[in-house]
Amino acid sequence: MKNTLQQVFHSGKFVIGFSIFMFIVLTVIIFPLFVKTPPLGIISQGSIQGSFLPPGIYVNVYDSIGVAPYTLLLDDATAKRIASKLSPDDRTAIKEWLLADGIPEDQIDTTDTKSLMNLWTSNYDPNKELTGMTFAKMRFYQRLNTSLQGILSTQDLTIAETGTVTGTLQAKGSVSQTDYVNVSEVPNVRLLALGTDSFGRDVTPELVSATGTSLLIGLVAGLIATSIGLVLGLAGGYIGGIVDDVVMFFTNIFTVIPSFVLLILISFSIGQEKRGPVVIAIVIGFTSWYWTARAVRAQVISLRNRDHVNLSKLSGHPIALIIFADILPYIASYVFMALILQISTAILAEASLSILGLGPKTTTTATLGQMMNWGLIYMAPTMGKWWAYLPVIVIIALISFSLNLMNTGLDQVYNPALRE
Amino acid sequence: MKGYTRYFGTKLAWFAVTFVVAFLLNFFLPRMMPGDPVAAIVARMAQGQSNASGVQAIYKQYTELFGTNKPMIEQFFIYVKNVFHGDFGFSFSQYPRTVSDVLKNSIWWTVCLQLPAIIVGFLIGNILGVLAAYLKGGYDKALMPISIFVSGLPAFGMAIILLVIFGVTFRLFPTSGGYGFDLIPNLSWGFVWSVIIHYQLPFWSIVLIAIGGWAIGMRSMSIYELNADYVKYSRFMGIKDWKIILYVFRNAMLPQITGLALAIGTMVGGALVAEIIFSYPGLGTTLLSAIKGQDYPMISAATLIITIMVLIANFALEILYGFIDPRIKAAQAD
Repeated sequence: MKNTLQQVFHSGKFVIGFSIFMFIVLTVIIFPLFVKTPPLGIISQGSIQGSFLPPGIYVNVYDSIGVAPYTLLLDDATAKRIASKLSPDDRTAIKEWLLADGIPEDQIDTTDTKSLMNLWTSNYDPNKELTGMTFAKMRFYQRLNTSLQGILSTQDLTIAETGTVTGTLQAKGSVSQTDYVNVSEVPNVRLLALGTDSFGRDVTPELVSATGTSLLIGLVAGLIATSIGLVLGLAGGYIGGIVDDVVMFFTNIFTVIPSFVLLILISFSIGQEKRGPVVIAIVIGFTSWYWTARAVRAQVISLRNRDHVNLSKLSGHPIALIIFADILPYIASYVFMALILQISTAILAEASLSILGLGPKTTTTATLGQMMNWGLIYMAPTMGKWWAYLPVIVIIALISFSLNLMNTGLDQVYNPALRE
Repeated sequence: MKGYTRYFGTKLAWFAVTFVVAFLLNFFLPRMMPGDPVAAIVARMAQGQSNASGVQAIYKQYTELFGTNKPMIEQFFIYVKNVFHGDFGFSFSQYPRTVSDVLKNSIWWTVCLQLPAIIVGFLIGNILGVLAAYLKGGYDKALMPISIFVSGLPAFGMAIILLVIFGVTFRLFPTSGGYGFDLIPNLSWGFVWSVIIHYQLPFWSIVLIAIGGWAIGMRSMSIYELNADYVKYSRFMGIKDWKIILYVFRNAMLPQITGLALAIGTMVGGALVAEIIFSYPGLGTTLLSAIKGQDYPMISAATLIITIMVLIANFALEILYGFIDPRIKAAQAD
């Protein structure tokens, strides 16, 4: 046993796959110990940007005004401020006006905000009539100029409060352009590493708990499928005769009927109310055992007439002992590899099922497939909200990649012909 | 030839039995769903009606129309009789359209998308696999991890990645539908072109997913074959490399074809979900809307058709296998 383990962990592929998989499993276990927020708690109300908030650090504006400011004199602060407010469309519009005004094109650089603004302020005259410019266009430039002056002002902003009795504005303080707050002093700062999803829920804890649920579904389904496959394969292969015929009858039928179709039919017939994660896992397990059964049976048939098994039979050992002592050890590695593959296909099956709207019904935790489904329903891919679907695909791909890599590694250990 | 008749006879008998089991499951499973879908339709139809006996009358009329007032066994025999006439009854969610009317169109979209995609993916994957086994070195080292990664990706994941890269970011291909939404199906050049560009993303997402798995399998098979005596013998004879690869390819393909027969059901399932991502007007999208509408006649029929398609594909592969596997050929010749 120790020897086998050593051999397995010498395979580079297995070790890489195992490390990725363990990293995911450990994250799922450890993350909730530090972050106690409920995974499906709604934290954002729909705003102008919608419920999909992009990833980033969110600083409370109200609190940051209340915190005592520091004065930092940074050279590029003004330029950055203006640059962030000047849209690309405005820049090209400015360039158009300046060109029409007779400024040579090589002097205008729309990417350099400072020089562009200097050119604009020194040349623009609202009353100047350029040839060929419509009145509407002129008005557009007058509006643009007014808004640019707002950007260029260096005055302090006054913070005012509506008086509760008088209803008039009362100045409470002012914010100068050189004021800074230290984020660590602001009481309310929230890091949304992966933004929020279509319902305004923090994606990070949601993703971690969904990964946990999906791994659980994979494990339960994989164990069920492998156990059924193992038992039927052993029975058919070792006992033979009528038992084998019955096993092969069902195996042949379920090999040809697409398991995905069965999965859809069974999940549908269970009904939405009773479809929990465990139920879905059981259904997946019961619809994917056949190829394990087929493979185990083939291996058992080849083992059945080996000398050591015959010897065991002649010694009068009971069937259970023969199976446990003389057959199982020979197929254990294969069964373990089958289990790994079953887990990986079960996780994919759950995801596909959820996209069809037949996934588990949960209220406290999501599954990877459900997160995918929500992202698709709310059109995250076409709207460019990558954080609502890409992390899910990456996690699914990583889980199945690591499991497949472990499988390939094991295959090379146990199949000397495949070694390099 | 007499031997072959026997071989195909047994295969055909197996598929007949499988078909009956699949048919039974297709009929009974969706109908075991809790809740009454007819009541849901009636509630939709009779919205705003306060007359209880009126609603009752509508309900009665609908249960008679859909045949849900009869016992299950009787419904089953009526269903069997109708199915053999190509009649799957009314669709619950798209009433008054019939199920066969809805499915008639979507079947062809699915067949024309998936059949070429699965075959192309199978061929490309196998060629890459045999090359990896033969060339070894850097090519093998690069191809294998990529193949393992890609084959682990779900079909919908690949579909979304292609959609975002080529459809949304670069706007090279349309992101949804089977043809332009402003077109009416006809045989004009404009329509055909629209179908072709809408075809690309779903097609390649299915092909790319398939390549990885077949490449891995083919590589293992080819490594076994490359160690076989006939390869060494051929080398001693000075036969050209590409000719040896061809021999190896032909021999390693045999188990791969069995693999295709086993995997085709799973592949079709994955491809159906990929269809949904692109709102491709095939069976996958139809199935999704049927599930949303609790439309079990539609679910029964759609899954039955998918099952039959997989059965036919399987049977075709078995026949092909019977002809190309020399062992079966020899056994049948006696």
